[in-house]
This record gives sequence, structure tokens and C-alpha cells, in this order.
Amino acid sequence: MTAIDRILFGDNQFFGVNHMSEEKARAQQMRFRDTEAIISVLDRAYDRGIRSFMCTTHDEIGKIADYVAANPTKYEGFKFLPGMPYAHKYANMVGEMGMVDTLKALTPGGLVDAMVRGAKSTVTRDLNELMTMLVDAEMARFSQVDTPVVFLQNVVADMVLGLRSYDLLGAFAEHVKSQFGAEAGFFTMNMPLMVDALHSVGIEEPIVCCNYNKIGFRMSGGIEAYDRALAEKPMRCIAMSVLASGAIPPAEALEWVCERPGIESIVFGASSDANIASTVGLINDFDQRRLTPA
Amino acid sequence: MYRIGLVGVGKMGVSHLAIAQAHPKLDCVAVCDSQAFVLAGIRSQLGLETYRSFETMIAEANLDGVIISTPTSSHVTLAKQALVAGLAVFVEKPLTLSAADSQELAAIAAEHNLANQVGYHNRFIGTFRETQRLVEAGAIGEVHHIDGRAFGQVITQPQGGGRTWRAKKAEGGGCLHDYACHVIDLMNFVAGTPSEITGARLGQVHSTAVEDTVYALFNYPNGAVGTLETNWSDEAYRKMTTSVTVYGTHGKIFADRQECRLFLKPGHSFEKFDSGWNIRYITELQEPVSFYLRGEEYSAQLDHFAEALAGNPSPEAGTFATAADADWVVEQIAAVHASGPAPVATGAPATVEPPTKDQLVAAAKHYGAQAVGSAKALANAVGTKLKGLRS
Repeated sequence: MTAIDRILFGDNQFFGVNHMSEEKARAQQMRFRDTEAIISVLDRAYDRGIRSFMCTTHDEIGKIADYVAANPTKYEGFKFLPGMPYAHKYANMVGEMGMVDTLKALTPGGLVDAMVRGAKSTVTRDLNELMTMLVDAEMARFSQVDTPVVFLQNVVADMVLGLRSYDLLGAFAEHVKSQFGAEAGFFTMNMPLMVDALHSVGIEEPIVCCNYNKIGFRMSGGIEAYDRALAEKPMRCIAMSVLASGAIPPAEALEWVCERPGIESIVFGASSDANIASTVGLINDFDQRRLTPA
Repeated sequence: MYRIGLVGVGKMGVSHLAIAQAHPKLDCVAVCDSQAFVLAGIRSQLGLETYRSFETMIAEANLDGVIISTPTSSHVTLAKQALVAGLAVFVEKPLTLSAADSQELAAIAAEHNLANQVGYHNRFIGTFRETQRLVEAGAIGEVHHIDGRAFGQVITQPQGGGRTWRAKKAEGGGCLHDYACHVIDLMNFVAGTPSEITGARLGQVHSTAVEDTVYALFNYPNGAVGTLETNWSDEAYRKMTTSVTVYGTHGKIFADRQECRLFLKPGHSFEKFDSGWNIRYITELQEPVSFYLRGEEYSAQLDHFAEALAGNPSPEAGTFATAADADWVVEQIAAVHASGPAPVATGAPATVEPPTKDQLVAAAKHYGAQAVGSAKALANAVGTKLKGLRS
């Protein structure tokens, strides 16, 4: 089983994503329009002991992967944990070109045409083939770097979950294992349901990344249901949105999440060395306190 | 458990299907689409009954309600068939391409007492709900201006949307029926329906067959003014970004997907809010949902559809009747634009023939000439001004 670091570094802050303020998102996007600015923040995180970068498959991240691959000694032990697909890219393409043309543009060969014609024999096999082609295309930029876990983004993972097409989640896990030697991870806004679904397709201790915060923001079913699932169901849980987009003060938010022993890892984003240092420091302190007998 | 049939497996159709299947009271048992390979996928992956014909589906699938997420031009026929068959109906926005059709659907739904709802999901976003509540409760006094906006990047190149229904006016493509109707329904939700559309311009950035921008000016029965600005060719926005600002005699409210900011003028307070800025975030204002996909509002609206099926509709959710009001505003905007002056190509020299007096009178009427007295006098003034500019 792949070891996942306790602290993971996220990338929302680099791409103008802020769930609470468009203004903050805009300011961040201006600051990080250059790849160098992102690399400089990653370097600060590396200096503070962070070795795992949980990222989207945004084009800009491809450049970062190239840079890290070109400087192996500087980034010894550095890992990418990519999450795919970068949904907005596809959503925009579907809006402009329609679903079928988008899929055609993204997959080489005549698979989609054959599917539309109904020429292929089994639809399930076609869908799996289509999925693997999309995954491979997204992974191309990461071929030179270490990717121990490959995630399915929540927009797709939760849609498949809602549709109860759980086999597709299993097929994703099998493909990233056989093709990239990686474990599959699943972002979700519906953790208890997702864990049950993953168990049902034979993933015994699924890696799930979900919101886990003191105010229950975007934790579908509520904090109690999440805590119960965490206690009773085998999983490897990564907590995200711990600060609920800034609605909870950092120390209070991190103390609350560190008190939950079932949470294996915490992902956070920060743009300054001071914020990186204080977040890492707080998590280490709270972990230390929990592990030290009173 | 209510048995639901869904027609139209596009971007919104798949989303509705996933949310309905995760819902404790909804069970989507049948799916209808025109594409055989889509139906084959639905059958093999999801194990649902599939139909090429909507009529056959509603005749055979023993349904309680339908979700209609097809291109807009087909909504009126499909919704009418479903209502006549006694089914509850949820339709993607906009309801239809004609206010008269929408009003007829609203009348049929009311006559048969059937649940009816349109996918205006902004009504289910906590920040917008709070704005509506504050305005209705009089927090900012008498409203004198409401401003609604939406920006995003749907069409970003000349052939954008070329082969999809979004690029075809007759099927309901264009920024007016796609982006603007969302904002119009939101403005109606917060401030009521305007009585008159006094100015409107539809513009093109990349498209040739449909509009990419919509600008309009409204009058409200109480004398308040509305301004609408939407642009779906704005790459500065990562995704559709909608906001509304309401100005009143005691203060103002700005709301978007993330925040609800209330400003109260000196000497005014409301509930727990003091004068000055009071900012609250979505993290505090959004009701949680049992299943989340793309945003709480998408689950919340189907939650409401289930409640409406059970006979407990909520007035905030909107109905075919409120959607018909939005369609009326859309129709008026198109009419005012069509009767206005022809657009002048960007950067082109002014070689057009001078407008006739009749055209100027018509144009002047649209720009509020009645309010200042004689339309003719204003037309003459505009004509003189234009002559001056040309010489």
C-alpha cells in the first residue's frame, strides 16, 4: 500500500479558485500568472518539509512537472498526486462543441465515431476504453515524475456515484494501477456514500479526499455521518477544505481536524511562506499533543 | 418514491439523472433521447428502461413526473404532453421560447393541479435567497434600482458552438435564452417583475447567428429602474458568474455565489445588522443537501421537486407562472432590440443613410422619451445631433 504523507500541498490558490470570494480568487490569479511564481511557492513548501503536491491537470501544472523532472536533485522525493479531469476545460469544450465532438477531439482514432454508429459490440467495453484514453491523455504530462496516487475529481466521481455506475470507479482504479503503477484516489463531496460504493467494487481501503471541517461545509449527510463512516468503514481519508474556505480560523480548524485519528492526511493551500510555515507548524503541534500521553 | 422519466441526456440531463438517482424520494426509471448510442450506454451501464419516443415513455413507464432537459424549442410540446397525461413536470430553463406558450403551460399545470418547476437554480443559492428575504422584509427600504449581471466563457471563438443547438436561434441558442434568462429570473425573484422594458441591445462578439451579449433597461411598477448586463464571451471568468445588486432608500445589497453583502446607511439597522457593511458568506447561508454534485442548488431544486410532488411546493422555488414572467421579459428585450436602431459595425465609417423621422421617433420612444415630454421633440434633437456628428 502506498504511504501518503501527513501533509499535502494543494493548488487551488494558483488558479483563481476561492469558494468564498471572487475578489481574493482574482488577486491570487494575478499573482500566479507566471510559472516561476508557482514554483517559488512550491520551493517554500519543499523547504518546510512538504513532499506531496496534490494538483489538477491544468496546463500550467504540466510546465511545473517538466521543471521538477528537469531538476531531480533539487526536488528529491517530490511527488505529484494529480486529480483529473480538469473539469472546466471539458465543460467549456462541451458548451462550444457539444458532447460528441468534444470526445472526438480528446480521443485519437475512430472510437467515438464507432460508438455513435453503434458499430462496436459492447457498450461497456467501449466506455471503459474511452475512459482509459481520457486518463492516458491527462497523464501524459506526468510521465517523467513520481505519481503514487492518481485521483478522479469529484465532479466526475460524484456523478458516477449518483448514477450508481460503480463499475466505472473500479475500472478507473484498475487502469491507473496497471498503466501507471499508481493507486486510485477519489475526490468526493459525498464521502459515506462513496466509500460504500468503492467497497462494493472490491476496493477494500479506498483513498478518498473529502471536505472535513468544523462547520460541516459541503459534507453531505453532515459531520456525524462522516465521523461514523470514518470510525466504522475501512478507508484512507484525506481531509480538504479544513478551513471551509476561510470561514474558520486556522488554529481552531486544524485542531479540530487533528483530533480525528481516522484522518490520514490533510491537504491545504497557501501562497506565502508565513502561511505555509504556520499551517505545517500547527498540524505538527496538534499531532504531537495528541500522540503525547497527558 | 416517485417514478421519474427523463428526456434529453445532455450536460444538464446527466447531472439531473445523477442527482435524482441519489435522491431518497426520486427514482428515475426511464430515459428518453434521440441518440441510439446514448440510450445503449444508459441501458448497459445504468440498467434503466430507454425510449426513443417520449409519448411511448409516458404511456408505458407508469411515471409520476418527468424531467425535461432537451433543447428549449422542444420544451412546449413535451411539457404539454406530460401535463395532459397528468404528470408533474420539471423543465430546464428557459421554459419555452414564447411567453404565450409558457403562460399556456402554467395554466394547464394549475388547472390539473400538477407540480411544475423550471431549472432556475439561482433561487436555491443561499446568498440569493437571503437577498430576496432581506428585500422582501424591507431591510433596505424602498427599492429604486436593481442591477443583474452574468459573465462567463461559453463562446470564445468565431465558430464557437457552431454545430450545437446553442448556436441556433430557432432552437433557443444565444446569450439571451442561455445566460440572460437566469439573471432575469433572479431579478424577478428578488424585486418582482418589471412593468416595461425601456431599452435593449443584443450584441455579437464572436457569433453570427445568435447574440453573445445582452444589455437592457427595465421600469418597475413602483418607479424603480432595472439594469441587465450579460456576456457569455468573457474569458476573464473561469465559469458562469452571476451577481445582483439591489439599491434601496435605507441601503443596498450585493450578492453573488459566494457572498451576501448588506450595506445599511447611517442611522439604519435591521435585525442583527448595524449600519455600514454586513458581509456573510455562502458557508453560513447555504442549507446542506443530502447529495452534492456541482453545487448545492442543483440538488436543492430537485429536492423541492420531490416536495412539490408530495404537495408541499414552496413559493420561493418558482413555477411555470414565474418562468413565464421571465420569458415575457426575454421576449420584450428581443422586441425592443429589433425595433431599435440597426447596429453599426465596429470601427466602420458612418456611411449609413440618415435615419428617417419615423425611425427616430420609434428609437426615442424606447429610450424613455415619454418621460421627458414629446417623443417628436426628442427625435428632432437626436436627428440634429446626428447631422452634427456626420458633418
